[in-house]
Amino acid sequence: MILIGELALWIALLMAAWSAITSFAGGRTRRLDLVMSGERGVYATWLLIVAASAGLWTALLTHDFSFRYVAAHTSANLPAIYTFTSFWGGQAGSLLFWALVLSSYAAVALFANRNRNRELMPYVSGTLATVILFFLATMCFGANPYERLDWVPPDGSGMNPQLQNPGMAIHPPNLYLGYVATTIPFAFAIAALITRRLDEQWLAAVRRWSLVSWFFLTVGITLGMWWAYVELGWSGYWAWDPVENASLLPWLTTTAFLHSIMVQEKRGMLRKWNVTLVVSSFLLAILGTFITRSGVISSVHSFSQSPIGSWFAGFLGVALVITGYLVATRLKDLKARAELESVISREAAFLYNNVALVGIAFSVLWGTLFPILSEWVRGTKITVGPPFFNTVNVPLGLFLLALTGIGPLIAWRRASPQNLARQFTWPLASGLTVAIVLWVLGMREGYALIAYALAGFVSGTIVQEFAKGIGARRSMHGESAGMAFVHLIARNRRRYGGYIVHVGIVVLFVGFAGLAFKKDYDVRLKAGETFTQRDPYGHQWAFTAQGVSRFETLNRKVTAVALQTTRDGERIGLISSEKRQHVDSRGVATFEPSTEVGIRTSLRQDTYVVLAGISEDESAELRISFNPLVVWVWIGGGIMAIGGMIVMWPAAERRRREAVYGAMLPPARTVEIAAR
Amino acid sequence: MHRGRGPRGHVNARVRFLIGGLLVIGSAGYLMASSIKETGEYYLTPSELSTKVARDASLIETGIQMGAKVVPGSIRREAGGRVVRFTVTDGAKTFPVVYRGITPDTFTDGVDVVVSGRLGQDGVFRATTLLAKCASRYENAPEKYKDTPGYKGAEASRT
Repeated sequence: MILIGELALWIALLMAAWSAITSFAGGRTRRLDLVMSGERGVYATWLLIVAASAGLWTALLTHDFSFRYVAAHTSANLPAIYTFTSFWGGQAGSLLFWALVLSSYAAVALFANRNRNRELMPYVSGTLATVILFFLATMCFGANPYERLDWVPPDGSGMNPQLQNPGMAIHPPNLYLGYVATTIPFAFAIAALITRRLDEQWLAAVRRWSLVSWFFLTVGITLGMWWAYVELGWSGYWAWDPVENASLLPWLTTTAFLHSIMVQEKRGMLRKWNVTLVVSSFLLAILGTFITRSGVISSVHSFSQSPIGSWFAGFLGVALVITGYLVATRLKDLKARAELESVISREAAFLYNNVALVGIAFSVLWGTLFPILSEWVRGTKITVGPPFFNTVNVPLGLFLLALTGIGPLIAWRRASPQNLARQFTWPLASGLTVAIVLWVLGMREGYALIAYALAGFVSGTIVQEFAKGIGARRSMHGESAGMAFVHLIARNRRRYGGYIVHVGIVVLFVGFAGLAFKKDYDVRLKAGETFTQRDPYGHQWAFTAQGVSRFETLNRKVTAVALQTTRDGERIGLISSEKRQHVDSRGVATFEPSTEVGIRTSLRQDTYVVLAGISEDESAELRISFNPLVVWVWIGGGIMAIGGMIVMWPAAERRRREAVYGAMLPPARTVEIAAR
Repeated sequence: MHRGRGPRGHVNARVRFLIGGLLVIGSAGYLMASSIKETGEYYLTPSELSTKVARDASLIETGIQMGAKVVPGSIRREAGGRVVRFTVTDGAKTFPVVYRGITPDTFTDGVDVVVSGRLGQDGVFRATTLLAKCASRYENAPEKYKDTPGYKGAEASRT
């Protein structure tokens, strides 16, 4: 199996090259046999990559340490689940995983379009085959997962204990699934540019793929934040590290695209802009991979340095030149069919939403690349840290949050004063109420106060939209409120699923703003000593150290400190934090010691305890933090994912139903207008 | 509100939108420029730092970041305290560093670190943050097993 896999990798390389050449040639010469051969080549490449992946999985699960990849990432005593996930844990394997996902997506996209978009498809399959070819070539000549050692180690070196966490097992594949999904819209955009068929047809074909990308990036980023928070012990979840930024960039441009696509559908505007966003999302995903792999920007996430970086830089450069040329020569075909009629209109709100999202993306990109840019321009590296990103992005983020509430309330084309008065009264009142209540309760942090007021405003908007929709359904169909709510979402998933995503955004901002009230304390406690402190809500906490315990278990030596905790005199329980030194079967230390954080989670705040070390007199060095509202960040991410799923869900069933009952039901459009 | 629906009205809306957009972009740009100026820090190696300081004394007591390796055996933790003293080097120049705070788990002899803080008049670098970069974060080179006694036996028995 392993040998077959290795062979399959090389044949896949040839097959992808064949497919790329025949697809483009077939599209050019309009020869059907070449086009079909090209498409079949993509299916064949997919099967070969599946075989290559099966081979690597076999090597991993049978512990064949003669392969460098297996020896470097696993060990005989690693739990099977982590042996399985180590497939995408290292450089070469993650490239193979990327190729596996990409070729699977490509096969699905070609199959879904076997009877549709035929003029575009030769170039779509050609572009996809080219990208697959790049990844296969990178593997075969740069980082081969099938590289053999000239000796066989007795055991592998194991997996970093920090990566042995369920969140870490599923966080990277989610990000990859999101990154890779940007390739399909990119391929359609290239095909549309080449054929100059730049109407709305290609957009319809890619919208769902952009949603898939958005969905997996959202889930992947949220999981990454959660993992960093519970595993790394710095009591935060986002550090503006280059690799974190790299995952955020395509998310931002994809989010912008999912909004601006609506403007093009309704009004025929923003056609150049949409092509640019689709292309940028893909290029940013490649850039993100380049940043992660090359080590040109120092990051705590970096893979070991490898020549892969230059492969990605080269690919990025070529892709940038080709797409730049294509867009520049097609500007004429991308002329807008309508113009902005008023600044007080839905399309203007969408435009500002795009300005803010792309503005955030640009500032994040700028800050991430600044060390390189400053070295080019001035000869010295200058780095910017979290203060830079926060100063720029907090106001932009709040602006975006405000637009989340404004957009759905304004009419398309031109909003009348009556429309504004009718729509804005309740949401504004709700936001104002939140602001006043919090002010009276004594909250004085400016940004947090604005964030919560806007959260109240946006919630008001969403509630009002749902109330109107439910009201309309009840009066038209005589449904109960509950049924009307379910049907409202089911019948208009795109709109109301989108609102659910907005609910997630609001909850996310509530969690983010909680950081303004975070408190950290460095304390030193001997056994029996107590540290008392008021939390941000004014409750009195007491932490009593129970002394240091040392023990050995399974594959690690543990030093642990437990704190008996009370709040306002009421017993909460023990919170304990550990230092762990992982050891191999001979008791030799593997990897650096790791910290196990003690967290007590509640909806109001997390109490977060980190054991920094033990001093000579056996007192524990601890950092104790009160992190208000952190749990809402995870909840918000979850709500966004659910909303995304509602929007993505295939509409086939609904269409079938409507085809049958279509005559009896009022057309969907009437309902929508009534709902306004 | 302008009521004209003719082309002039469209131009007007466009201009207004652009003014709004420029305001947003302009203020974001201003924030970017000013915060780079205020919080941007030199990222230097020990050699670069010492040549720069020799040329320009204003670098003393200003925020900078230094990327270097921890000299093996140089880590001293102050009794009972959170203060750690160590030396960093890039092979050519070395600097003593004092850091107060929690050290990351990956901070050990010989690792690559990025310290940010200020260089004092006394030539000691006072760090406020300490990042340790660990090449073996995602993988261990299997070669390390070539030196372990267990392995050498295994090799002998195999050949």
